[in-house]
Amino acid sequence: MEKELKYVDIVEQPISMHPKKFAMWLFMVTVVMIFAALTSAYIVRQAEGNWLDYELPEIFWFTSGVVVLSSIALHWAYLSAKKDNFAQLRTGMVLAVILGLVFLVGQWYSWVALVDREVFFVGNPAGSFLYVFTGLHALHLISGVIFLIIVLISTFRYKVHSKALDTMEMATTYWHFLGGLWIYLFMFLLLNH
Amino acid sequence: MATATVANHDAAAHDHHDHEHHDNFVTKYIFSIDHKMIAKQYLVTGIFWAVIGGFLSILFRLQLGFPDMDLEFLRPLLGGWIDESGKLDPTFYLALVTMHGTIMVFFVLTAGLSGTFSNFLIPLQIGARDMASGFMNMLSYWLFFISGVIMFISLFIKTGPAAGGWVVYPPLSALEQAIPGSGLGMTLWLIAMTFFIASSLMGGINYITTVINLRTKGMSFSRLPLTIWAFFLTAVIGLLSFPVLFAAALLLVFDRSFGTSFYLADIYIGGEALPNTGGSPVLYQHLFWFLGHPEVYIVLLPALGITSEVIATNSRKPIFGYKAMIISMLGITILSFIVWAHHMFVSGMNPFLGSIFMFLTLIIAIPSAVKVFNYLTTLWRGNLVFTPAMLFSIGLVSFFISGGLTGIFLGNSAIDIQLHDTYFVVAHFHLVMGSASFFGMLAGIYHWFPKMFGRMMDARLGYVHFWISFVGVYMVFFPMHYIGIAGFPRRYYSWTNFAFTDMYTDLNMFVSAAAIITFAAQFIFVFNFFYSMFKGRKASANPWRSTTLEWTTPINPGHGNWPGEIPTVYRWPYDYSKPGAEEDFIPQTVPLSATPESNLPHEQEQVKLELEIMKEEADLLEANESKA
Repeated sequence: MEKELKYVDIVEQPISMHPKKFAMWLFMVTVVMIFAALTSAYIVRQAEGNWLDYELPEIFWFTSGVVVLSSIALHWAYLSAKKDNFAQLRTGMVLAVILGLVFLVGQWYSWVALVDREVFFVGNPAGSFLYVFTGLHALHLISGVIFLIIVLISTFRYKVHSKALDTMEMATTYWHFLGGLWIYLFMFLLLNH
Repeated sequence: MATATVANHDAAAHDHHDHEHHDNFVTKYIFSIDHKMIAKQYLVTGIFWAVIGGFLSILFRLQLGFPDMDLEFLRPLLGGWIDESGKLDPTFYLALVTMHGTIMVFFVLTAGLSGTFSNFLIPLQIGARDMASGFMNMLSYWLFFISGVIMFISLFIKTGPAAGGWVVYPPLSALEQAIPGSGLGMTLWLIAMTFFIASSLMGGINYITTVINLRTKGMSFSRLPLTIWAFFLTAVIGLLSFPVLFAAALLLVFDRSFGTSFYLADIYIGGEALPNTGGSPVLYQHLFWFLGHPEVYIVLLPALGITSEVIATNSRKPIFGYKAMIISMLGITILSFIVWAHHMFVSGMNPFLGSIFMFLTLIIAIPSAVKVFNYLTTLWRGNLVFTPAMLFSIGLVSFFISGGLTGIFLGNSAIDIQLHDTYFVVAHFHLVMGSASFFGMLAGIYHWFPKMFGRMMDARLGYVHFWISFVGVYMVFFPMHYIGIAGFPRRYYSWTNFAFTDMYTDLNMFVSAAAIITFAAQFIFVFNFFYSMFKGRKASANPWRSTTLEWTTPINPGHGNWPGEIPTVYRWPYDYSKPGAEEDFIPQTVPLSATPESNLPHEQEQVKLELEIMKEEADLLEANESKA
């Protein structure tokens, strides 16, 4: 009797995600925390007074547009990968990488613009914070570009297609995240400078 | 879908390697990606750092307890840090205090505790082959190792290691001119901590991913052992707070090396004004304590989780209030992020804000008290088995109570004006966070040593170790409360020049003597640990008669943990002394339907219901087949 009963219990496989994708989401959480800390530090410091007021470089509007376009291009590439349209996939990815690089150059020129306005890294924290925000974000964006290039290379080896989308999905998520992070930083600066 | 393929792949790969190991020495013991080996690496490194951290504290205790002592015999080791008159150099005293704190908090009780037991127990107790990413796990250890090497080197440089306290407040830590320790020593400290943060984050990401995604069949969150809950929440806290420390450290690096003014303003050195304007040193304190306070729970929660497991097993009783334990840990996790400013009551912040943080701080007493209550009620009328692990767990509960009570005093912003930065604070956190976590770690080592090395540690040496440590810790830290209430400030080289402090010299001497004895007793453990690793009594498969999954593995589990299929889980992990059961424990792998004699009414209902469902499914299958 007992033996017959032994396998009666119904067990369920617990919910689970792709571990690597999940780990990447957690990594993005840590990046969010770094910028949350820095932007709150900005607000706390600003409230204490002795704060340098200056105009934000106009080029930020341009770079924000570029980063959005880049995200759109990558998403187009991702949708193409889903449909196994390899030509569009590569075009979209190349476009996204190029726009990403344009964004980085644009951010560099924002620093040039800041120096022209005599806002330096060393000086009032109002300016220093801007350099830290843009610099740290650019560092993360470089990691994103490297990731995109790795995926781009694997598309030429036909390793990205509708049945193997994991890395492509991860790259797309990360890239959208970095774009969104910049939009957040820009909005934050517009509202709090 | 993807997980299923990954799991299948793992299983296939594993079957292939089942009983033979092609690992060579390097891949097995050094660059291992097996979570068990990485855990052991963390453990041995942690013990190494604990000995160093403890030794540093003995050095400054000598100065505090015996200020007139001739320390000439330490010259071979400390060289120039012993001056001509045979006394400890005052700046080096500050470095000793700083490094003792840094090493103990980060290297021993964060990496040594979480790193060891999260790595070792998470896959074994949730039924996984390994961590989500073995490579990242290995990287995590080696970043910690690099961090340790850099910190170790900083102990020996000419200007000495960082000396601004483990909290490294600017401007003291930001200006090289301030103290010798703020030069190269501080730079190395920051580099080491950067590696450490990266290591912690990688470890934490791995722990969370593994707990959520790689649980075996039937292992729902409500069937997780409390150890896993504790490690999981610890990793969540680390994931959210370490990036903030990174941000704080980054701005400090810019201030130190690039001349920015995030934390520096209006400072005069030798009558000369520094160029920095507009910085705010309190900003650093906010950022630092946003990590710093959760860090207390990063240190403590794993120890509490280990204690839950050890106390339930050795009381032969289910843990009292399993859900209450989880809810209080969740509560502690959330609250830990909104109390940081209680470290800053006297930093000149708004007193109204102080009241809010005082209120939030005192709320933490509730989940903490729930946990203590549950430990005591689990012990209450249990069939107690006093293994060394059990003794250390009970010791933890004792420290948690006595150290926790003083936390209520310190959490009051008004009382804190008197007690802030005195030995009262030192006594408080050494009991509640230092000793409690340390005892949790020791309990874990004694308890899981058989699983780690396949051999038992010597119990008699364990008892000797426990009693000397337990009495010793109280001898060291209890008197400090009195010294602190009297106004004796911490981190001071000497404070005996006043009449009202002079009378505490005897007490300090007593504390130092007790500290030396307690420290010496730890070598009993170190001997026991390494001796038992090679010469200890061979362990049986389940020496503590425990219910959790790790004891269903072979005595010396290979890479992949279970030789065959991963076992399925059918019940919660605390079925000890269930009425009606043959044995006083039922492993998690035993189905409810196999134990009709001990099932509770609702469990019997569940078995019935499942029988019906299976019958229906079988009928349906039959019907379909006959149709076809």
